[in-house]
Amino acid sequence: MSLLTVQNLQQHFPVRGGLLRRSVASCKAVDGVSFSLGEGETLGLVGESGCGKTTLGKAIVRLLNPTAGSIHFEGQDITHASMRTLRPMRRHIQMIFQDPAESLNPRHTVRDILEEPFIVQKIGTPPERKKWVAELLDKVGLSAASSDRFPFEFSGGQRQRIGIARAIALKPKLIICDEPVSALDVSVQSQVLNLLLDLQRDMGLSYLFIAHGLNVVKHMSDRVAVMYLGKIVELAPATELYQNPRHAYTKALLDAIPIADPTQRRERQLLRGDVPSPINPPPGCAFGHRMKHPKWEQSVGMDLTLKEIAPGHFVQPCPCCT
Amino acid sequence: MSNTAPILEVRDLVTAFDTDAGRMTAVDGIRFDVPRGKTFGIVGESGCGKSVTAFSITRLLPQPHGKILGGSIHFEGRDLASLPIEEMQRVRGNDISMIFQEPMTALNPVQTVGRQLAEAILLHTECSTADVLARSIDMMQKVRIPAPVQRLNEYPHQLSGGMRQRVMIAMALINKPKLLIADEPTTALDVTVQAQILELIADLQQEMGMSVILITHDLGVIAQVCDEVAVMYAGRIIERAGVFELFAQPRHAYTQGLLESIPRIDSMPKTQLKAIPGNVPGIADFKPGCRFGERSGRAHSAEHLNTRPPFVEISANHWVENCPICVA
Ligand SMILES: Nc1ncnc2c1ncn2[C@@H]1O[C@H](COP(=O)(O)OP(=O)(O)OP(=O)(O)O)[C@@H](O)[C@H]1O
Ligand SMILES: Nc1ncnc2c1ncn2[C@@H]1O[C@H](COP(=O)(O)OP(=O)(O)OP(=O)(O)O)[C@@H](O)[C@H]1O
Ligand code: SF4
Ligand code: SF4
Ligand SMILES: [Mg+2]
Ligand SMILES: [Mg+2]
Repeated sequence: MSLLTVQNLQQHFPVRGGLLRRSVASCKAVDGVSFSLGEGETLGLVGESGCGKTTLGKAIVRLLNPTAGSIHFEGQDITHASMRTLRPMRRHIQMIFQDPAESLNPRHTVRDILEEPFIVQKIGTPPERKKWVAELLDKVGLSAASSDRFPFEFSGGQRQRIGIARAIALKPKLIICDEPVSALDVSVQSQVLNLLLDLQRDMGLSYLFIAHGLNVVKHMSDRVAVMYLGKIVELAPATELYQNPRHAYTKALLDAIPIADPTQRRERQLLRGDVPSPINPPPGCAFGHRMKHPKWEQSVGMDLTLKEIAPGHFVQPCPCCT
Repeated sequence: MSNTAPILEVRDLVTAFDTDAGRMTAVDGIRFDVPRGKTFGIVGESGCGKSVTAFSITRLLPQPHGKILGGSIHFEGRDLASLPIEEMQRVRGNDISMIFQEPMTALNPVQTVGRQLAEAILLHTECSTADVLARSIDMMQKVRIPAPVQRLNEYPHQLSGGMRQRVMIAMALINKPKLLIADEPTTALDVTVQAQILELIADLQQEMGMSVILITHDLGVIAQVCDEVAVMYAGRIIERAGVFELFAQPRHAYTQGLLESIPRIDSMPKTQLKAIPGNVPGIADFKPGCRFGERSGRAHSAEHLNTRPPFVEISANHWVENCPICVA
């Protein structure tokens, strides 16, 4: 049985306008996403800014109330579970947030921040908690003296590590890692990635690993899902996806990776066209629409649910792409 | 002043914070020039002082704790380090703009995006409401925010991480600055938008001769867009050179280590990555001598660890903290 199963998940936000701030339209941030995640597995999630990755993550940890679809964790339906039913579950599903400034209370010291999960879950005595905080800081490579300082006294990358320490505090089963290393330099980045790999090996953790660094995602993931405008357009085992991308968007993404070699500067095939808006998504294949793909019209009205074209390799079907 | 003079000349800059535990130096005597119309990159591990350098140049250090203790920052004939704060406000926004690393600290959460852009415009020019709107929409389109008119009415929390970053980029560019300081401008962006934003910055650079300081930890980005690069470590610049030279012939062991820790697209998945062992020391633990010593994996005499190697031009326009053991 898989640890996490997401079926046809939708997360829409009302768009307000006019004098009365009435809801005039809806922003379909996540629009029919399905996947499952096994124990000890890492699913990478990549996609253009604004395509709904963070929203998907927040829906799974239930910081949002999904509009439709379902989320099952260890077989239990948590799609609409109340705060009370969720509390014991929270221990097992954690999230590392993209913008540490958004998630760390600036008026709390690092010790307060790291102790809080234990206090909420009523675990441990004060001296035990003190010891655990020190261990956590050590795990993420911050000095014990850091615990008396406030988040603003740290650099961006150091704050990101405080967020990681908090997420792993309760030894969860699943962590939604939302761009966990994009604020980190390569050296600390490799340390943090090594740390996440170690934790996975030692505690059998599962990760939903959101990142825009495609080399990083490839390095961390068993399978990778590519998201575009609220939908998954391709999903495959990591190496397969990189060697054999099928969807035009996946190909464009792979093409845009900046190579760390100044002699290989290239005239990149930049993605042209307006980035579509989830407020008024075009019909049919949204990427084809943007690229003014000659065969785009064929995708209008077509059933675009993912099809398996090779073992474990799913792609949105379209006559021109696949 | 000739047009080939660097737009910015930083000499022996020292910046410190007053903390409960006493005064601590975050930037410890750095020097560099930003060539006019070019892109100057600053790389280095987290906590090495890149943002503090940027905040020193723009004089946006957190007050009252942050202080410039020494050195000079010459920009167009004036020393920014000693400029009265009112004059500095005029320089910021007119001549120098900054893109901040964390958008949420730079955006006002209770004002709409449109209002914040309008304020940035009106701070420096007088123009009609219609002009303000037109310029705002134009800039939102330039940074590739879809449905810009709708977005102008929204608050920062309603935007995705990458959109917030692009709004901030729009605010920084809207007054066409001479010098843009971009602190991790593309960290929250996916590779495709990242490429577009870098291209936008390059276009503006061509169009208006803008000079750019690009702070990033992404050596891929550095390799693709910078002309010159400084490598920072623990509050100091330990190496500085043209980008081709630096990638082809890194001289300092730290630069070499950085280049080796890049995860490669062809590496084996889920295997341990090469990493420089240990961490950048916190500013409380900065030693007077070489700060990379313990992590370098090389044998050291106490003398080496206690003396700061001199920063010398080892070959044409290639500067390095020249320690006999480290520098090959
Ligand atoms: N609370 C909210 N209210 C209204 N709209 C929202 C809200 N949160 C997100 N959105 C919208 O949902 C869409 C998806 O946003 P999301 O943050 O999930 O993108 P993302 O894929 O994480 O992008 P990025 O890579 O830039 O972080 C965007 O159009 C965004 O404006
Ligand atoms: N307000 C402050 N008070 C005390 N120390 C500070 C303050 N701001 C920054 N520091 C310290 O100064 C050092 C340099 O921080 P800075 O933000 O410049 O790092 P950075 O190179 O930008 O790192 P990153 O890549 O993580 O953003 C860090 O050790 C940090 O802890
Ligand atoms: S229209 Fe078809 S071929 Fe074009 S991107 Fe979409 S799915 Fe691919
Ligand atoms: S060899 Fe010199 S420069 Fe290198 S780490 Fe040691 S003391 Fe520092
Ligand atoms: Mg996001
Ligand atoms: Mg910084």
